[in-house]
Amino acid sequence: MSDAGMVHPITVTINGERYARTVQARKLLVHFIRDELALKGTHIGCDTGNCGACSIIVNGKLIKSCMMLAVQADGATIETIEGLEAEGELTPVQRAFHEHHGLQCGYCTPGMVMSATYLLRGNPDPSEEEIRRAIRGNICRCTGYVNIVRSVKAAAGAGEPAAADRAEASR
Amino acid sequence: MSAPSAPSAPSAETVVAPVEPGERLGKWSGKSVPRTEDRRLLKGQGEFTDDVWMHRQGYAHFARSPHGHAKILSIDTSRALSLDGVHAVLTGEEAKEMCEVPFFQIAPEPAGRLEEWPLAVDKVRYHGDAVAVVLAESRDVARDAAELVEVEYEPLPVVVDTVAAADPDAPLLHDEAGTNVAWHGVFDYGDIDWALENADHVVKIDRLHFHRFSSTPLECNAAVVNWDPGTGVVDVKSNNQMPMFASMVIGPTLGVASNKLQFASQDIGGAFGNKIGSYPQIAALALLSRKAGRPAKWTEYRQEHMLTAGHGNERTFLDIEVPVLKDGTILGFKVRAFDDAGAYLHYEPLGAVIWSQVTPGCYRLKHIQVDYTETLTNKCPTIPNRGYSRLQHLWLIERIVDTVARELDFDPVEVRKQNYVQPDDYPYETPSGCVYDSGDLPRSLEVALELIDVKGWRARQRELGTGSGKRIGIGIGSTLDSGTNNFGQARIINPDLPFSGNGEAAYVKLDLYGEINVDIGTTPQGQGHETTAGQVVADVLGVEPSAVNVSAGFDQRHNTYVAFSGTYASQFAVTGLGAVLGGAEMLRREIVTLAAFALEADEDEIEVEGGACHVRGDPERAIPFIGIANLAFSNNAVLTPELRERISLNCRYVYTPPFTVPDPETKTGELTLTYASQIHAAAVEIDEETGRLEILDYVAVDDCGRVINPQIVEGQVQGAAALGIGAALYEAFEYDADGLLQQSSFYDYHALTALDMPMMKYADIESPSPFTPNGAKGMGEGGGAPLSTLCSAIQDALGDGDALVADSHNPWFRIHELLGGGADGAPRAVRVESR
Ligand code: FES
Ligand code: FES
Repeated sequence: MSDAGMVHPITVTINGERYARTVQARKLLVHFIRDELALKGTHIGCDTGNCGACSIIVNGKLIKSCMMLAVQADGATIETIEGLEAEGELTPVQRAFHEHHGLQCGYCTPGMVMSATYLLRGNPDPSEEEIRRAIRGNICRCTGYVNIVRSVKAAAGAGEPAAADRAEASR
Repeated sequence: MSAPSAPSAPSAETVVAPVEPGERLGKWSGKSVPRTEDRRLLKGQGEFTDDVWMHRQGYAHFARSPHGHAKILSIDTSRALSLDGVHAVLTGEEAKEMCEVPFFQIAPEPAGRLEEWPLAVDKVRYHGDAVAVVLAESRDVARDAAELVEVEYEPLPVVVDTVAAADPDAPLLHDEAGTNVAWHGVFDYGDIDWALENADHVVKIDRLHFHRFSSTPLECNAAVVNWDPGTGVVDVKSNNQMPMFASMVIGPTLGVASNKLQFASQDIGGAFGNKIGSYPQIAALALLSRKAGRPAKWTEYRQEHMLTAGHGNERTFLDIEVPVLKDGTILGFKVRAFDDAGAYLHYEPLGAVIWSQVTPGCYRLKHIQVDYTETLTNKCPTIPNRGYSRLQHLWLIERIVDTVARELDFDPVEVRKQNYVQPDDYPYETPSGCVYDSGDLPRSLEVALELIDVKGWRARQRELGTGSGKRIGIGIGSTLDSGTNNFGQARIINPDLPFSGNGEAAYVKLDLYGEINVDIGTTPQGQGHETTAGQVVADVLGVEPSAVNVSAGFDQRHNTYVAFSGTYASQFAVTGLGAVLGGAEMLRREIVTLAAFALEADEDEIEVEGGACHVRGDPERAIPFIGIANLAFSNNAVLTPELRERISLNCRYVYTPPFTVPDPETKTGELTLTYASQIHAAAVEIDEETGRLEILDYVAVDDCGRVINPQIVEGQVQGAAALGIGAALYEAFEYDADGLLQQSSFYDYHALTALDMPMMKYADIESPSPFTPNGAKGMGEGGGAPLSTLCSAIQDALGDGDALVADSHNPWFRIHELLGGGADGAPRAVRVESR
């Protein structure tokens, strides 16, 4: 069985752009996004759905893209880290991570930012506990989460940010 | 946490200790300048190794051993090769034939005779050992094909315990070495026999065990390797964090000169020492690329990472004897240490000497004897892991100090303060000849205890009493983060090794239009080198940090480097920034020379400010950097011949620490240049019924001399604390009796999550180093303080019972066992002899 067999046509909209491709049935969504579409911002840190480096938003829901097949995403509207910025500006969540040193190596960062963005869309003023629960599926090996929690709090505290993100989402 | 007398809950804010930060280095150094690296990383524009793509590349997948130890009877690659889309398969035997020599060994004879090749030959020695590697058109096909490589094995007996491995009758891993002992030596400082005879008390501990874990960086190992058949150049894009070491090891094996082995990396997704160890895979990929005639791309799967990417050193301490005087003075200790290096020696047995950078820990211990044995076992090879080889030893010392306090009824705080190296003692020479540069340990401890309100927790602990079902424990961890290695310590392991000193290189230059450009030999993995190098250069050249372009990552084709280049062992603030500082000062002198020439002034009249030079007191007589660059690069006929020859505006500086060669006979010398300290304290609550532990309050007090970027330093402290807390409570690599690893995903290996990590407190004390160009000390590894701190807190919570916290890993079930008095039927592990 080589990659030539068992292919399926799919169409997805990612960050506002439509892509029509044929993919192997077993192709993971994250590999499709990274290898076929060359959107390298979505990362891979495990084989088992534990680390959250691959977190993206599919049809308005936060998911781990290593836990979904590309064929399952047929027809979906997807947001990845590359789609967050508007006209080159960082979003309030991204800005807060920058200001509060919420990243070191930056490998968990796209997934972390997607999870935080998703949290604030639904809950603009989360408690520390709620923030921790929202990112418990995102492993970071560099920061000890302290500054990540601070960053998310700051992004929420800014008031604006969550609203801006919501506007972004409904674009 | 509802009792009225309980101290207030941990604050979410950083608490800045009531200490004066030292005099800052300049306008920008010493400030929390936000990081230059962040923008690309936040936008998903980082370039990690799996993001690198080469034309015609194939995907590599390794076929790995399912056994802990087995003979390879045969390998059949025909089914793998028959799969559509497979480009090539390389076996161990074939790889060996393509190599010139095995990887060089640091160990002396007999372990030095050990032969390691890029892939296993004749037998496999641990679960996951690579026997073959496949190249195919996609990741999935490569993985399928690797499963079709048919290997016939004959299982052999395994040894997974380091003490057992030293037994001459134990199963032998490497026939050519004839022993499993990788290294043995006795470090004998002072006079331990005298101390034991003359002490008022001798505290004896039978056994302590420091467990196996690793930092498991979130990005696994990866490399894209192309062996160009036309030029013979081997291009290695990888996340290896010590590329020059990798180059020195694999170059001779592959028969490739170092100028044709080109390493490069941009962003690295965490490394923590672990990514020093990917050179065997890189060598295998080079051969695979050569065989297949196309680039080979490999990205480790997490399971593969857990099995094979390198674990931290596991160490067993036996027969510990500690002489103590009536007044609480600890004279030293004696111990037999057995370190488990796993199946091959990767960077080992350097760990057998690295711990002696901190021989007496934070204390004035004078009489120390360590009988040290490092063995080979049927386990994943160890690799430096944050706090490499010192954290095991520092943990031993902290367990000793706590046990002495408990057995002899000393206050654990007072006994520490009394035995610490005192502020007046610096520079303090340890029994092994290392010189502790500066510090204030008693004050650091006081600040730590104040910040977690230790008095409040003690009161709460007494109040709780028995019957509440809860126990409170307070713990302290005193550790050192020794930085900037003297590689001469390798000679203590093997006197024939021609290694010594250390260093780092940087280019600082003006470019064609007067832009400032910096290249360093380091391979950052989140430490913010672009930012801090920019701060240092900005101060020297009088510009904003944003005017300094520091190349992202490392590329052997244009970066400068020395053999020690890379990012490891807590040294960037000294070696990397030392090189950058030196280069910037050279460039400044050249700029001033050209400005003086152009402005017809004396050099000492020239001010350098805002990207231009002017004559002091006459801002109109000025020349911008673009004009300076013009003179050197595109208008040089106006210069004098002397200036044309001397000035390049391309300044390369190599920083070298002032080391001498250590003495292998006495096992003494200046093994490291700087000693940052990390004093941690914690209050924990343990549930008696389940053994579950909750961290109620946690603080780290850091002293790394002059701080270049406080925010980055604090981030390093938090990160190191998190890895230590994870290791202490959740993370362990364990092998069963057949040599099979029990944890190979983040399900079994519970990497600390946001729910497990407290909002720790942080304070910073600055004791500038007198030995470094900028007063800074290397930092970032953190000395494993949380392992010491949490063991100390658990022991404290156990109260007066017999149970000894004898393992560095204490998940809930082990704590539960300790609450019940320790393992059933185990004899008491601590004794005191008094006279
Ligand atoms: S890569 Fe998807 S959860 Fe780890
Ligand atoms: S910043 Fe490195 S894993 Fe989170």
